[in-house]
Amino acid sequence: MKHLLAIKDLDREGIEAILDRAESFAEVGRRDIKKVPTLRGRTVVSLFYESSTRTSASFELAAKRLSADLISLKAAGSSVDKGESLKDTCATLSAYDPAAIVIRHPYAGAAQLVADWSEAAVVNAGDGKHEHPSQALLDLFTLRRRLDSLEGKRIWIVGDVLHSRVARSNLVAFQAMGAEVTVCGPPALIPRGIEQLGCEVSYSLERLGEADVVYALRLQRERMAESFVPSIREYAAHFQIDSRRLGPRQLLMHPGPVNRGVELSGEVIDSPQSLMTEQVASGLVVRMAILYELLAAGPQRPVSAADEPEQSPTPIGQPA
Amino acid sequence: MRSGEGADLVLRGAGVLDPVAGIDGTYDIVVRSGRIAELAAPGASVDGLEEVEAEGLHAFPAFFDPHVHLRTPGQEHKEDVETGSRAAAAGGYCGILAMANTEPPVSTPGDVEALREAAREAASIPVGFLATVTRGMEGEELTEMGAIREAGAAGFSDDGLPIRSARVLRRALQYQHLCGGTIALHEEDPELSGDGVMHEGPVSAELGLAGIPSVSESTMIARDAALAGYEGGRIHVQHLSAAESVEAVRAAKAAGVRISAEASPHHLCLTDEELRSLDPRRFKMNPPLRTEADRQALIAGLRDGTIECVATDHAPHALEEKEVPFEQAAMGVTGLETAFAALHTELVLPGTIDLGLLIERLTGGAAPFDLDRPTLAPGNEANIALCDLSAKWTVGEEGYESRSQNSWCAGRELTGRVLMTVAGGQVAYRLRSFSLGVAA
Repeated sequence: MKHLLAIKDLDREGIEAILDRAESFAEVGRRDIKKVPTLRGRTVVSLFYESSTRTSASFELAAKRLSADLISLKAAGSSVDKGESLKDTCATLSAYDPAAIVIRHPYAGAAQLVADWSEAAVVNAGDGKHEHPSQALLDLFTLRRRLDSLEGKRIWIVGDVLHSRVARSNLVAFQAMGAEVTVCGPPALIPRGIEQLGCEVSYSLERLGEADVVYALRLQRERMAESFVPSIREYAAHFQIDSRRLGPRQLLMHPGPVNRGVELSGEVIDSPQSLMTEQVASGLVVRMAILYELLAAGPQRPVSAADEPEQSPTPIGQPA
Repeated sequence: MRSGEGADLVLRGAGVLDPVAGIDGTYDIVVRSGRIAELAAPGASVDGLEEVEAEGLHAFPAFFDPHVHLRTPGQEHKEDVETGSRAAAAGGYCGILAMANTEPPVSTPGDVEALREAAREAASIPVGFLATVTRGMEGEELTEMGAIREAGAAGFSDDGLPIRSARVLRRALQYQHLCGGTIALHEEDPELSGDGVMHEGPVSAELGLAGIPSVSESTMIARDAALAGYEGGRIHVQHLSAAESVEAVRAAKAAGVRISAEASPHHLCLTDEELRSLDPRRFKMNPPLRTEADRQALIAGLRDGTIECVATDHAPHALEEKEVPFEQAAMGVTGLETAFAALHTELVLPGTIDLGLLIERLTGGAAPFDLDRPTLAPGNEANIALCDLSAKWTVGEEGYESRSQNSWCAGRELTGRVLMTVAGGQVAYRLRSFSLGVAA
């Protein structure tokens, strides 16, 4: 694996390899000294063009736990703020010879472009409304610990699917692991044609009882002004996951941050069915596993020129 | 077009096809002083003419593109009259109409006069200029359409933007009775397009890109066809992309509305499946690439005459406006240099349409603006595209006559190539590697 750009680039085996690796890092996390030397001397750039708490924090901590040198760049306050193009920023960063670039960007395809424009392994930490593969992997990791297997399990993704990269990546990831997915929300927030990805579509929570896992999405308050929903109250009345709708054997997930009282009621957030704190904890070990798989699992890159295997130059006159 | 000597040459033994004039056979095309003097039996003896060995090649009436962006004034880093007309000549065109959405837009008689002067100095082929319908393309007040026509504008268009206000379009259609000039319309309801960047459907759902629904186009066509019908106005619908739009134009024609329509090579050859590459340089344009069903509807429209012409919507952009994430990239692709080859490769060779129909549609863009259709009939000004239908070539990432490199064909292997173009009676283009015989 050279980059992690999209969940759809991984097959089930590839996904499981990362989850297994994350399991071993979870074991490391229980030790007193939680740091391993794997990426010593190598540089990881964290390049965030959008605000983020969990994703940037967990990637940066993951890099540090692996002993990498970390450069953390936020769009605000950097040259990006001054109008530098993504391509030029990539060229600038290349001067530091980063082993990996973790990028979050407001537009689809940005991570792919960075992969095209730089030598580093690129991790997509969210590109527009397109993909958020590390979130999908940490959600799979969280679920695997509870359910062993997702084969035949029913998962409902509820809320603003239209504007959600998490929904897109998770839909593909859940299906890759054998789950049956239903997306549910108000019609204007369900992208037209999404059923062609093999999921079911529902505009009502009526059949929510069939779900083994309920995955709620954040509803941004701006959506109301754009007439996607008439009001937050009406949205909550139809689509809020509350203790009346969530059964005792159903698991509840949410990528965070939660709008309490909008997509989730307060009591389900704190209920035993909720996996939200486990999701955050999984975020760290899964992101360690991702960096490990990209940078350490394959053939090791030489640490310095001195380690370079001896190569005699092609003699003049000989075919190169 | 630059003034120059009328061509004196003979194209020896070309397969000559001009379906509208009913010409289909092997001839020597004799051109004297820039006019088609004669279609002679091969081997005719002629004196004092440059000989062009054209055996095995095909000669068509050169093409006419009613929808090109030359980007001047204001954005000459993308294109100008010289480079854009050279690109057109390389594509086999003998006439193009330039859109008015420049910086500033072409909105006054003086703007039109200045551009016509620039064309007289720098253009390789005849170039016509449209002016905006509304002042500064702001959609509110009409330009001085009468004076603009007198200054030589070929028609009117706010292309790049729709005319949002039905009242404003109605006034323009009323005024058209006084000044003439077809009104070409970019049909899109901005309320429905919103911040869309591609066709709304399963692919946009998967990619998480905001969609532009087909009804954004078709509802505006229906509105504007009704207005044109009511006022007896003449409209030309630009760059059809959706099946619903073809149907709306077909219905308007059946109802007697004076309406014509164009489709672009990229909409005729590609679908939104291409967007999976998230490559804005080749695949981001407005209107967007739509589905296979839409593409088939466009082809059906081409066949039955609902769509009378192919127009490239040649839209040059600088690389830095395209080498950015998809949603941030400029909309538009270039297409003049590849239109014939692409359509020949994608539609004619697989048998979807026949060669004659393609030539008819590539020359059909003049009539909607009351200009003469290029023809090979003797006695007319020489406008000839000489093509090698079996030449295979790969479109490069660079090396265009156009100043810009955002061709939707970049990297594609095409079959069929324009070797030489005669436009307005003058030799406008010769492929560099195409060797010529010397006059005896």
